[in-house]
Amino acid sequence: MSLVGIGFILVGLFFALVAALGVVRLPDVYTRSHAVGLTDSVGAFFILLGLALYQGFSTNMVKIVVVLVLLYLLNPVITHATVRAALRSGLKPWIKEKP
Amino acid sequence: MTEMEVLFFLFVLSALAALIGVYLYRVIRGPTVFDRVLGLNGISTKAIILLVVIGTVYGRVDMFVDISTGYALLNLVAALAIAKYLEERGSA
Repeated sequence: MSLVGIGFILVGLFFALVAALGVVRLPDVYTRSHAVGLTDSVGAFFILLGLALYQGFSTNMVKIVVVLVLLYLLNPVITHATVRAALRSGLKPWIKEKP
Repeated sequence: MTEMEVLFFLFVLSALAALIGVYLYRVIRGPTVFDRVLGLNGISTKAIILLVVIGTVYGRVDMFVDISTGYALLNLVAALAIAKYLEERGSA
């Protein structure tokens, strides 16, 4: 059980690393929102799932699962609200310039 | 919890702290204010995970999970308020 949890934590760390790479390297708010909203949510999902499995079946597992569900619901909501604010305040999307 | 597991969780803690540093680069450098809000969202996500990992290391998950739940809800309210304010203000 704890070995499975450690494996899930390592997978989640990989996703979190990819999300951080995207936040640094992507050119625009609209493209960076994919890194923060999608990849980072999956990374947090896997890390918290691994921690919950590491605890074994107990009250602590249920509490960690509550945090997991909360984070997995709220992170895309926050990203969506931010990107909608960016779009409505007139920020132009990034376009690759012609060579 | 054996010695190897403590070392593994210390590795996870240091990796998450390094990722917070990466997001902090975007918060400081970000050209628009929306980049900064997105970077803060990523930092708070990492902080929530960090609290649960610290609780696992100390063996007091039941206490630290409550703190991280409160932090997640506070983060939601703050980020939605900032997004609504910037949307109403209407300038990038």
